[in-house]
Amino acid sequence: MNNYRMHLLVCGGTGCTSSDSLKLVDELKESIEKHGISNEVEVVITGCFGFCEKGPILKVYPDDVFYVTVKPEDAEEIVEEHVIKGRQVERLLYVEPNLKVKLEGQKDLPFYKKQIRIALRNCGFINPEDINECLAADGYQALAKCLCEMSKEEVIETVIKSGLRGRGGGGFPTGLKWKYTSNNASDVKYIICNADEGDPGAFMDRSILEGDPHSVLEAMAIAGYAIGAEHGYIYIRAEYPLAIHRLEIAITQARELGLLGIDILGTGFNFDVELRYGAGAFVCGEETALIHSIEGARGEPSTKPPFPAQCGVWDKPTCVNNVETLANIPPIFLRGADWFRTIGTEKSPGTKVFALAGKVNNVGLVEVPMGTTLREVIYDIGGGIKNNKEFKAVQTGGPSGGCITKENLDIPIDYESLNSIGSMMGSGGMIVMDEDNCMVNIAKYYLEFTKEESCGKCTPCRVGNKRLLEILDKITQGNGTEQDLADLVELGEIIKDTSLCGLGQTAPNPVLSTLHYFYDEYLAHVREKKCPAAVCESLLSYIILPEKCVGCTACAKVCPVPCILGEVKKTHVIDQSKCIKCGACYNTCKFSAIAKR
Amino acid sequence: MSKLKSIEELQKIRQAAKDNLDLRSTAESEDRIIIRVGMATCGIASGARTTMNAIVDELREQNITNVSVTQTGCMGYCAEEPLVEVVFKDKPSVIYGHVDAQRGREIVNEHIKNGRLLQNAIITKSFEKID
Amino acid sequence: MAMVNLTINNQKVSVEEGRTILDAANKLKIKIPTLCHLDLENIKFVNQSASCRVCVVEVEGRRNLAPSCSTPVSEGMVVTTNSIRCIKARRTMVELLLSNHPKDCLICQKSLDCELQALAAELNIREIKFDGERARHEIDISSQSIVRNMDKCILCRRCETMCNEVQTVHVLSPVNRGFDTFIAPSLNLPMNESTCTFCGQCVAVCPTAALTEVNNISKVWDALNDKTKYVVVQTAPAVRAALGEEFGAEPGTSVTGKMVAGLRKLGFDNVFDTDFAADLTIMEEATEFIHRLQHGGKLPILTSCCPGWVKFFEHQFSDMLDIPSTSKSPHEMFGVIAKTYYANKIGIDPQDMYVVSVMPCLAKKYEAARPELAHDDMQDVDTVITTRELAKMLKEANIDLMSLEDEDFDNPLGESTGASVIFGTTGGVIEAALRTAYEWLTEETLEKVEFHELRGFDGIKEAVIKINDLDVKIAVAHGLGNARRLLEQIRDGKATYHAIEIMACPGGCIGGGGQPYHHGNMAYLQKRMECIYKEDEGKTIRKSHENPYIIKLYEEFLGEPYGEKAHKLLHTHYVKRVKM
Repeated sequence: MNNYRMHLLVCGGTGCTSSDSLKLVDELKESIEKHGISNEVEVVITGCFGFCEKGPILKVYPDDVFYVTVKPEDAEEIVEEHVIKGRQVERLLYVEPNLKVKLEGQKDLPFYKKQIRIALRNCGFINPEDINECLAADGYQALAKCLCEMSKEEVIETVIKSGLRGRGGGGFPTGLKWKYTSNNASDVKYIICNADEGDPGAFMDRSILEGDPHSVLEAMAIAGYAIGAEHGYIYIRAEYPLAIHRLEIAITQARELGLLGIDILGTGFNFDVELRYGAGAFVCGEETALIHSIEGARGEPSTKPPFPAQCGVWDKPTCVNNVETLANIPPIFLRGADWFRTIGTEKSPGTKVFALAGKVNNVGLVEVPMGTTLREVIYDIGGGIKNNKEFKAVQTGGPSGGCITKENLDIPIDYESLNSIGSMMGSGGMIVMDEDNCMVNIAKYYLEFTKEESCGKCTPCRVGNKRLLEILDKITQGNGTEQDLADLVELGEIIKDTSLCGLGQTAPNPVLSTLHYFYDEYLAHVREKKCPAAVCESLLSYIILPEKCVGCTACAKVCPVPCILGEVKKTHVIDQSKCIKCGACYNTCKFSAIAKR
Repeated sequence: MSKLKSIEELQKIRQAAKDNLDLRSTAESEDRIIIRVGMATCGIASGARTTMNAIVDELREQNITNVSVTQTGCMGYCAEEPLVEVVFKDKPSVIYGHVDAQRGREIVNEHIKNGRLLQNAIITKSFEKID
Repeated sequence: MAMVNLTINNQKVSVEEGRTILDAANKLKIKIPTLCHLDLENIKFVNQSASCRVCVVEVEGRRNLAPSCSTPVSEGMVVTTNSIRCIKARRTMVELLLSNHPKDCLICQKSLDCELQALAAELNIREIKFDGERARHEIDISSQSIVRNMDKCILCRRCETMCNEVQTVHVLSPVNRGFDTFIAPSLNLPMNESTCTFCGQCVAVCPTAALTEVNNISKVWDALNDKTKYVVVQTAPAVRAALGEEFGAEPGTSVTGKMVAGLRKLGFDNVFDTDFAADLTIMEEATEFIHRLQHGGKLPILTSCCPGWVKFFEHQFSDMLDIPSTSKSPHEMFGVIAKTYYANKIGIDPQDMYVVSVMPCLAKKYEAARPELAHDDMQDVDTVITTRELAKMLKEANIDLMSLEDEDFDNPLGESTGASVIFGTTGGVIEAALRTAYEWLTEETLEKVEFHELRGFDGIKEAVIKINDLDVKIAVAHGLGNARRLLEQIRDGKATYHAIEIMACPGGCIGGGGQPYHHGNMAYLQKRMECIYKEDEGKTIRKSHENPYIIKLYEEFLGEPYGEKAHKLLHTHYVKRVKM
């Protein structure tokens, strides 16, 4: 056994690997080899650290130094300077933008300061491809405890007591779901892990599976024990190859150790897990659609009741939990339901992982206690709005959610509070918008997504959302009327009221919430035919600002029409009657003399 | 790997695995002790690498988990190399000189484990750092 | 069964546990409009896709509206079906469907037979508020039986239930998603390249004109108006039990004589009866059965009169092509006899003879075009029209069927027995065959000609009939799903029978894809079945082998049943087809 004195942890999440973190690993190993210290220093690939904005991330143990944006060509310097000579590579430390100081430790970073990592506890800490690292980090201890010390009823009772609620969106109490499935008598039952993460921008489930796959397997086994299921499916989208790869390794290793399979830990409990791949249809995140997809049928939802707990996959009682929910299970058993309740709020205990994206400085994956305010997430953790622009809205809950405005930034995040302001928790997408975002366009963007992802089964979702989108399109084209705004509300409410599944029932939310909070912006589109954020192409014009134009003629040269007039060194003018709004002049001007109005 | 047939077997394999991961847990621990080995050209030339490996090895032997062994650059006292600095939380640091592998192991056993300083090897108990 | 109490529109009602709000409302005679819903009670299938959302109702304590067709009742439930919220939602659903539907109702094939049209009228829809782009699809006219016009599809999924769950043919299913969803054979193949059996059950339940029959009316008009053609028509047993419905008669009214009169008025040179050929089929099939029984031939023997069933086993059970009877179906036997025996008898060139079949069936259209069902470069049957198409022709010709005086079929191909009439319903063919086989094998007179155990709507019926010392085991299946179950049992050696009758359509030919639309009212099939059996009872001759014209046909022309000439003209072979 090697007696390592130092571990170099490199993020092997999908985000960092796509910015060459695996090449960095190779370079590090090569350099370490070259310097003859491979018996002293180990390079470990871990799961996502969450701080994706600054990836690839490299963390040095035991020094607790956190390097950001590390490139493969930095490997040699890190090895020579830090590993061999013990001198930190200053230029790779994270610079706090507000304080302008370099911070070396992970815990020093404001990005991590307000986070409590329960679901992500092992992401960026262990090597997900090595079950030994997982075991060392207390993996499968909770399962052992459940199997050896607790009855099924006690297991379910513990989860109920913890107050854990489904992290996939609905927020249904997980313990009750287990109880209902447990109460339905059947010789065969199933536990399904819903890993069909479909919200655009959300990737917490992927990161958990990539960084800590065993936590999900362990939790599924615990759930299997509690509800009386011997078989589990993980329904995962085929677009998550790395997560699939790590799950496959994890399942193999767990089987080798007998932590999955027959007679687990000699307790007589049998449980195994099978992967099922989805084609990435958003609707397959809906549990009945997911079940149909597992059965090999078209992935479309069916009416509930019957609920999966009564009649699920292969018509057997089935419990469907999402990845993040399951990742919370082992700590609840190791540290107790009471401990879990100390985190978060009364009605929503624990933490929630958010995928922070959009116009915010620190894009990434953050896990915060429920009850944290949006302001804390966006400003303290997210580092505020990019380029000092003004915050306009934040969209939570992805395409099913709604926009939240400045007025509500101090609302503590939990299931109920988000619903009360016309949005929802969803799976935890959080997209920040600034003054440059047109809210009509944002609504259109989300509706385009849900329209595309509608399975086409029920009338309101199939045709209704298409019609909603057509009205929005008409508005952004400058052909909208005030009647259209009333129609959007009327049709949107009916779609919500009549759709078969959650997709249709929530699809109009982005439209309705932006209409509610940004009615003036809609009015500007239909009355004045103007897009205040200058986004809707049909409604904006490009103009040349005389005070900034130096008459360099660059714009006139790229104009394809051409419609830019003016002599050298004199102010140019755009002939609006000819302009096709291609934006070529805007992108060319070096003097910011062309504006969108 | 053979299948685990009892909770005891699980605990055994977990304990074995834990040693490796302790290196990482230490970084966060409250009573963390740091041993810094001077590893500039001068230090390495006078055998600091052997010293450091011995210290790491002895820590493992003694099953001491709250110590991070890190390296540092030239401490500026090249005549006394290899130099080793021991830092207990909230206490002045202690610097030992001429630490070979043998003395490295002594530091672990006496200073770290029993809290007794190796008086004859101490260069200074504390020096001001300007950084 | 436990009863559940609930309140609908302030009226209290109790229904069995597991029933839906719609069932409970029906019990109170509260009408909730539906569209996709289809309850095929007597064959125990319900289309419960809950996809159209027309039947939504308010349930107290529920956030959104509930589809009454698929929401089970619960104790103390309080339901409102006619609030403004429900009415508005319901109207919007229909408007949305119409916004994506061609509005060519005046000239649509299904005009006045369209459930969407009826619903729009019922809900008083006079404008479409949310109009927009319409989905466009190519019309599939590749087959001889079914036209698939997805522009008119409202995705009620009834066809899918029929094709997949009832018939287990698995041809029709949704393709693409969202607004672009449409129903098609897998890989969006044209119908004629799919494993479709053309049973037409999808057409029978389609609420709009998305799935309709291939219309052959103009071909028949052309033939009738062609002076060089001698046009003979034959009518299948089930047609007479349903045609009257198109003219306002009560379901189950037999219109045999009026139908004959109507056909004469249309100008057919002879009006004959497929029933005659059904008697002929029994002669051949019963002989073949006895032959297999006595010579150690392959058993069970399977009936082969149903072309949907024939195509089904050619695709799905191509390893068992040696067990069906080789007898052609009755209307094909009729065609060949008309163009040989009868043409010769009246002295016309068979090339000038044009045979039209009026059938309750869409697969017959496909069958008539099968290349092996021909002789001397002539198809045995030239054109097939359905019961519905005949009704349309009569209406086009301003013939009010119900006011016509009864007339008799022409002879010699118009005489038939009670045995042939019951071909029109499930269990009838095997019952007819038994009446003949029994007498031939025992050389005794069968006094009790009715085999009640072979009648009714059970999916698979079984009976053991003692003939001499032999217990003859009979099975009857109707609906291809039941046929599949039966055949799989036989293939796996789990069941043994001597003879099996299979009809592709639920209820047999009375429920055929070419019959007047029942719109989900399965009482229609029950009535038609009763009508068929009544017709049988009314016949003086009730055994095929006693039909004097059949006896004469063998004497004058065919020789022995199952003999050489009969073999050449009246028997066929089957083709191994892909299973997919």
